[in-house]
Formats: sequence, C-alpha cells, structure tokens
Amino acid sequence: MTSAPTSAATREAYPFGLIDLVEQGVDVVAIDADLSVSTMGYKFGEKYPERWLSVGVAEQNMVGIAAGFAAAGKTAFIASFAAFLPGRCFDQLRTSVAQPRGGLSVKCVASHGGVTVGEDGMSAQAIEDLALATSLIPFDVVVPADFESARQAIVAVGKTSRPAYVRTGRPKVAAIYDASYRFELGRANTLRAGTDVTLIACGILVGVALQAAEVLAGQGVSARVLDMATIKPIDREAVLAAARETGAIVTAEEHQTHGGLGTQVARVLAEELPTPIAFVGVDRYGTSGKWDELLGYFDLTPQRLAQAARDVIARKR
Amino acid sequence: MPTSLARVSIDELRDIAKRVRKDIVTMVYQAQSGHPGGSLSAVELGVSLFWNHLRCDPANPTWPGRDRFILSKGHATPFYYSILAERGFFSTELLSGFRSLGSPLQGHPSMSAAPGIEMSGGSLGQGLSFAIGQSLAARLDKRDYRCWVLMGDGELNEGQVWEAAMAVPHFALGDRIIAMVDRNGIQNDGFADTIMKTHPVEMWTGFGWHVIECDGHDMAAVDKALAEAEKPHDQPRLIVAHTVKGKGVSFMENNPSFHGKAPTKEQLEQALAEIEGGLS
Repeated sequence: MTSAPTSAATREAYPFGLIDLVEQGVDVVAIDADLSVSTMGYKFGEKYPERWLSVGVAEQNMVGIAAGFAAAGKTAFIASFAAFLPGRCFDQLRTSVAQPRGGLSVKCVASHGGVTVGEDGMSAQAIEDLALATSLIPFDVVVPADFESARQAIVAVGKTSRPAYVRTGRPKVAAIYDASYRFELGRANTLRAGTDVTLIACGILVGVALQAAEVLAGQGVSARVLDMATIKPIDREAVLAAARETGAIVTAEEHQTHGGLGTQVARVLAEELPTPIAFVGVDRYGTSGKWDELLGYFDLTPQRLAQAARDVIARKR
Repeated sequence: MPTSLARVSIDELRDIAKRVRKDIVTMVYQAQSGHPGGSLSAVELGVSLFWNHLRCDPANPTWPGRDRFILSKGHATPFYYSILAERGFFSTELLSGFRSLGSPLQGHPSMSAAPGIEMSGGSLGQGLSFAIGQSLAARLDKRDYRCWVLMGDGELNEGQVWEAAMAVPHFALGDRIIAMVDRNGIQNDGFADTIMKTHPVEMWTGFGWHVIECDGHDMAAVDKALAEAEKPHDQPRLIVAHTVKGKGVSFMENNPSFHGKAPTKEQLEQALAEIEGGLS
C-alpha cells in the first residue's frame, strides 16, 4: 500500500509499519499472544514468517521473550490488546525491559485501546494503559489518530533504541492525514489555528476535537487543535505556545483523566505557565455497546469538548 | 573461537567453591543484608557451569557467540557476583561494595552494570522467557550459543515460569536452552512444602522436559549432570539439583531465617572456619 486509506483503523497500520521497517533494514521481530487477527500482526507474519511468532495466551512470557530478542540485538515488537499489554505484564515491562540501562529495544503495540473496543465491555476497554506506560521511565508513548500517523509512528519508534508503547484502536476512523504527512516523534501537529482556546487531543479524540472546533467556530470561538500523538515525551513548546497564545486548554483522550495526556499537559503548565485547563476523558468503567454509541455514552463528543472549551475560557483572568 | 572453557578438575572446582562460599558470607556480612541461603545452595552448580561448561570469555564479556548464564533467581547475587569475579569478569575488589551506594553490584542484578550480568532480575520467574528470546535470536542469526537458566524452587510458584516452560519445547529450543532448578526446599517465608508445594520433577516432565536429577553438592555429580544436559536429546533438559539451603555453614543450613539475613561478626568467623574446614 502506498497511499493512506480514507477510512481505516489505526491497528491496520501495524503490519505496514513493520514491513516498512524491514524494508528499511531494521532487524525487526514481532510477537503476538493469540490476538494477531485483531492486532493485525498476522499480516506481518504472512510476509516475513521467520520474523514473526505467536506465544499463545501468555503476555508475560511474550515480554520476556521480546527482552531476550532485544538483548541479542533485535528490535522486538509485541502486540496484544491494550487491556492486557501493559496491564497483564507490567512487572515484566518494568524489570526485564525498562530497567536495563536506557531500556531495551522492545516496542509494544497495543490495539483496541480505550472504550471504542465496543461490545466486549469493560474488561476489554483499556482506560489505564497510558498511565502505566508513561510510568515506565525510558518509554516513549504514542497514541496516533489515524492510519497514516499510526504507520509512521510505528516506523519512528522502530528506529530508536528505546522501548516504546503505541496504542492503536479497533474502529475504522476517517483519515486526517495523507501520505504527504511527516510524523515526528515528540512533536505535536497543529491541525487548526485558533486564538481563544486550544484543544489538545490524541487518538480517536483528535477527530472529535476537529468537529468541536467547528461547533465553536459557529459560536464565535476560535479554537486551535493540536494532535498530541506523542504524549511522552510531551511537546513542551507546543503546549506552552498554546497557553501563551490562547490562554485556555482542553485535553481530550479516550483514557481516564488520571495519568494520560491531560496529566502530561497539566504538568508542563504547572511547571512553567499555569493556565486554565479542562480534562475530558473516561473516569468510570464501561459497558457493552457499539463503539460510536460508547463515545456518546461516555460523552466523548464534539458538544462536550465545546462546552469544556467555553467553560475554561470563562476561567481566564 | 575466543577463550571458552576453563576445564578444571573436580578437586580444583571444589577449591573454587570454597572461595565462592567465603565470598558469599563475607559480602552479606559487609553489606549487613542480602541472601546467603540460596546463594550457598547454588555454589556447585555455578562453579561447575562457569569453569567447565559455559563458553565465555571474561576478557570479552559481550562476545556475541558466548553462552549466556541467566540468573532467574535474582536474589542470589552474592553467589553470582562472586563467581563472575573469581572467573575474571571483574576484580574481586568490587565484591566489597555489594549493595552499597555507588557500587554496580546492586542487591539484585542490573543488566550490563558490571561485565557478565546478562539480565536485570529480582522479580522472579522472568529468566526462562528471556532465554527463549535470546535463543530464538540465535536461531535467526545462525549462532550456536546456549542459554543456561538458574531458577529457584520457590520461584516455580510464578506463573510465567510455566508459560515459558511450555514454550521451550514448542519452539524446539532444547539444544539452545538448559534450565536448572536449585531445589533447596526453602523459600522466603519458610519451607517450600508448607508455603506452596511443588513437584518439580513431575511438573517439568509433564511440560515435555527431560529431567536430570543430581546431588547439588556433589561436585562430580553436578559436573556430570551438566555434561549430560549438554548432550543432544529430543526434549529440552532441566537439571533438578537437590541442595541444602545455606550449605556449608552449620547455622545457615536448612534454616529459613537465612534466606535473606546477614550474619553477625562472630557468625561470620564461624562460617569462614566451617567453610575452610569443609563442613560435611
């Protein structure tokens, strides 16, 4: 595939990113834990069977094997659902991957992130994974918004020597970027200029934020929209510029408001430029439903973001 | 191939084991913390392995073709660091810094902090998985190195051990991985049979391994068991070494309280004398 599809799930980008890496000479191996049909890892296995394996339903073993591969010089990708990776194998990620000097080159690609996994219900809906992943000191943490940025994010983390966590999603979402986009690890992308407030979003909420900016425009409010795909290390300059130039911030993520994107943004503001901020996220366990119904159930909607924006603007001094 | 085996006699191995035991009790005494019991129980396994079986080059510790020794029972650092030092990976002078601020020799191993440390450890159950990754990489890279993994018997409580135990035969890694269990019968809180009873021989056999048992303190028997494990077999090999926790020091032997406790000055002197005299 050369051009980005108009509608695709971010998880579909995983095998394409892996294939890109191999074609660029990176010594990649990829491991799945009996969810490869969902993570899309199996497609990489079809192309490069010697570089792919399944370990069965055994996430802890998967992490240890990846650490061993990385210690022997490989760039080791592992994939599962975000409900299990990092949660089911957090100690292995901490001890075997994060703690060796600088971290080993193990890249987690966790699909079915957030509540839009849908009908499987609360046990499958990961709303803690970013808090866990960002707590692992050497890890980069990335939540891409669409197929093209996911594919490029996978390539980007595959080219560093550090461990990384990339969260992908289950549902097909509209493309935000085409193949001319250049993803940069650690850099926010300004999708819409604005002066009254900045909506900082990651993952599926980027599209929602763009819609919210339209709603706000109809109400006479100029909203900037940042795609903060890399939540760690956060793009401090982009956050501070948004604070200086718009004076009000809303963060939006398909994750609880503790420990994810909002926490990272708030820390930068608290340290350098205290600014009114509102956090939009998911602070309760879920239920079954279609993915788009669940966005409504959890109020991860353009209307909610727009309301949060108006509220935070009202708090400006 | 660079330097590989030392190939020394059983008598020499026994002398080395004495030095290692003295290092262990001295290090734990100096640090006033650490894990002497499960270090003393593993001495013969480690000494036989590092001098007669593990292909390694202390002067070139990251040689890609080296065999890997993976200490899965990561609390047994006194035994591990002593053996690395006595084998020449680093100076024995480093041992006095064990567990102290600024020393690379942390209470549990930190990968690459000192030459020869292959894996970060301390949280149990992770070594065999790590060895699988190293071994699959060796297969991809057409290298013939082998991974030796040392686990404790209490460690067998950890579920990850069994995830890995089923994966080794599944991936046909029997000629690349040899596992060892230091069956000393005591874990942190007490005797293993009362904390969580395991049946290592039956359990590993049931997972498709060829189990080799030996007296873990008879150096000749240990050396023979390791040699047998190196021979080709259609199943992966696991050595169950029947050992005594705290072996070589009368008041530590079979004493659960010395799983993780340091001796006093008087106890150290008694321990050193008993080790020198060859308590049996």
